[in-house]
Amino acid sequence: MTASTGVGELSDIAELQKRTHPIRGVVALILGVIALIFTIGLAISLGAADISLGTVWTAITQFSPQLTTHQIIHDIRLPRVLGAALVGASFAVAGAIMQGMTRNPLADSGLLGLNAGAAFMLAVCFAFFPGMPYLLLIVLSFVGAALGVAIVFGVGSLSKGGLTPMRLVLAGAAVSALLGALGEGIALYYRVGQDLAFWYAGGVSGTNWGHLKILSPWIVIAIIGALILSRSITLLSLGEEIAIGLGQRTVVVKVWGMVIVLILAGAAVSVVGAVGFVGLIVPHFTRYIVGHDYRWIISCSVVYGALLVVLADLVARIINPPYETPIGALIAFIGVPFFLYLARKGGKEL
Amino acid sequence: MSNHLLTINQLKVRKKNFLIIGTLIVLIVATFVFSMNTGVIKLTPMEVIRTLFGLGDAQQQLILFQFRLPRIVIGVLVGMGLAIAGAVLQGISKNALADPGILGINAGAGLAVMLYISFFPSTKLAPVYLLPVLAFAGAGLTAVVIYTLSYKRHEGITPMRLILTGVAVAAGISSAMIVLTLRLTPANYQFVATWLAGSIWGSNWRFVLSLLPWLIFLLPFIYAKSRVLNILNLGEITSIGLGASIEKERRWLLAASVGLAGASVSVSGGIGFVGLVAPHLARQLVGANHQFLLPTAALLGGFFVLLADTIGRSIIAPSEIPAGIVVAVFGAPYFLYLLARLKE
Repeated sequence: MTASTGVGELSDIAELQKRTHPIRGVVALILGVIALIFTIGLAISLGAADISLGTVWTAITQFSPQLTTHQIIHDIRLPRVLGAALVGASFAVAGAIMQGMTRNPLADSGLLGLNAGAAFMLAVCFAFFPGMPYLLLIVLSFVGAALGVAIVFGVGSLSKGGLTPMRLVLAGAAVSALLGALGEGIALYYRVGQDLAFWYAGGVSGTNWGHLKILSPWIVIAIIGALILSRSITLLSLGEEIAIGLGQRTVVVKVWGMVIVLILAGAAVSVVGAVGFVGLIVPHFTRYIVGHDYRWIISCSVVYGALLVVLADLVARIINPPYETPIGALIAFIGVPFFLYLARKGGKEL
Repeated sequence: MSNHLLTINQLKVRKKNFLIIGTLIVLIVATFVFSMNTGVIKLTPMEVIRTLFGLGDAQQQLILFQFRLPRIVIGVLVGMGLAIAGAVLQGISKNALADPGILGINAGAGLAVMLYISFFPSTKLAPVYLLPVLAFAGAGLTAVVIYTLSYKRHEGITPMRLILTGVAVAAGISSAMIVLTLRLTPANYQFVATWLAGSIWGSNWRFVLSLLPWLIFLLPFIYAKSRVLNILNLGEITSIGLGASIEKERRWLLAASVGLAGASVSVSGGIGFVGLVAPHLARQLVGANHQFLLPTAALLGGFFVLLADTIGRSIIAPSEIPAGIVVAVFGAPYFLYLLARLKE
């Protein structure tokens, strides 16, 4: 690994170390975890029936099935909040990996067609195989995500100018439009639109313990994988040549990175639907705070991604009761201005 | 000598172009007759023709004149409007990927219409004529927002940044629309949902009448400017040299294009990609001269939407797939193809 390190690469690494802030990383991580725990508590206690934070605590530590409040917490609020946290962490980590590997500041699973692909596959499953086991549904939604991203990157790499950030985003928009239209057509044809509506609008209200049990192993393992891979992603984010020069087997890293992204995006979409922009906002925010070391970016993205979606779900529930505002729309209200800001910068810096 | 050759060549091109335009008209008429036959109650082509000349029975007349004909006419008109809007946008921005749908102008028009429906949920006579005006206002406002956001001092507007901004603005508007749908009553929601998907299902002659004035006024206006569009295509420096006051012409053409897109969207909902595909195919067929490009694009656009609507109506009869979905299924791959071919 050290043998072929040239002078230019050394200076790159020195530059990287200068731009990495481990202390800020630790502080951000601790603050993030505290904020996340507090928000989760708040999200459990607020709702149609307000429950005090103390009751929330006892419901989790000493659950007694006779109490109605404990039942509400255990059966409805807790799985929902945990689902939101898992989804947020997944989208954020997937976005961070994609941004690092492709050196594309606009990378996000929503923008690059993964979410649309997974949602399309769900439409197909609902139409042709109603009552399919949940596990199979999730696996197929990974396949759908792979389909979406394959088309986008295929078009991008066939292009004369190569894979520029702008081109990928445009290809992603077109693929999303195409798969969205196909999914909608299938839904109309087989009259499963009602089942799909909440998937397209985005929401975690349908999450239950059964789903969580199947989903969480995938997501937890994928996130651990991402953390293991994070050092290699840091090197890749410096540029392909530098990573190869430092002795990295870039193809292996890229393949594993892509597998992790597909699992995370596919699993998250199968819970919440095609919600975009989480994977765009969170990694940029954490990179701004902790610098360019992906070990810190990814671990902070886990916490802050979870925080963002839990918060969005809480707002979605209380903004217009008894109706739920789709969280995809809420997050887009932050995501769109942020995207515009990045597009204005020209998509050069990362 | 060379002058002489050029004219012969021009004559040949002219002849070819008229042939193409003629073929397109024949295609539209053929689809028109086919579309007239499509539906729950089957009519033979002969019956359709007889009824059109006033010789059918009362039921046939009712089906054709009250249900099928207005819908077909609207499909053709909307296709024409969107295609010309796209051709003008591509011409004035010199951006091959410009399309009122991708740039978010359609979404802006949609938002305006939806705001109106959600706050004034009555569908009496007046609103139908008001819809294109509202859609025009929404589309215009969106165009101004996109233009401002993608403008950067010293650099002006680059084609890619314009489109990226459009994509983002369209995403923002569509999430605003999702939030708005929550306010609607179930009946209105049903109307808005099918409308948003690009369905010309609810059409009757009132919609035709509300759309027609815009086309009658704007299409000749734009056609009269086809020389200006040709000059704009040559590049700014050349066109200043030729004495065209670029900015002024550009603004007028932009306004006309926004008007066409808005009026079309107000009647048909979100039909995307027509404004992209039709002008491109037209350019391949008749070349870049807007005198031929514009009519060809208009006919192609009308043909596409009519065909898409006919397909959407017939493949899952008695229920239907909105024309916008059918168009997107064919249009999006074409967009991807263009994107892959395009140099930055």
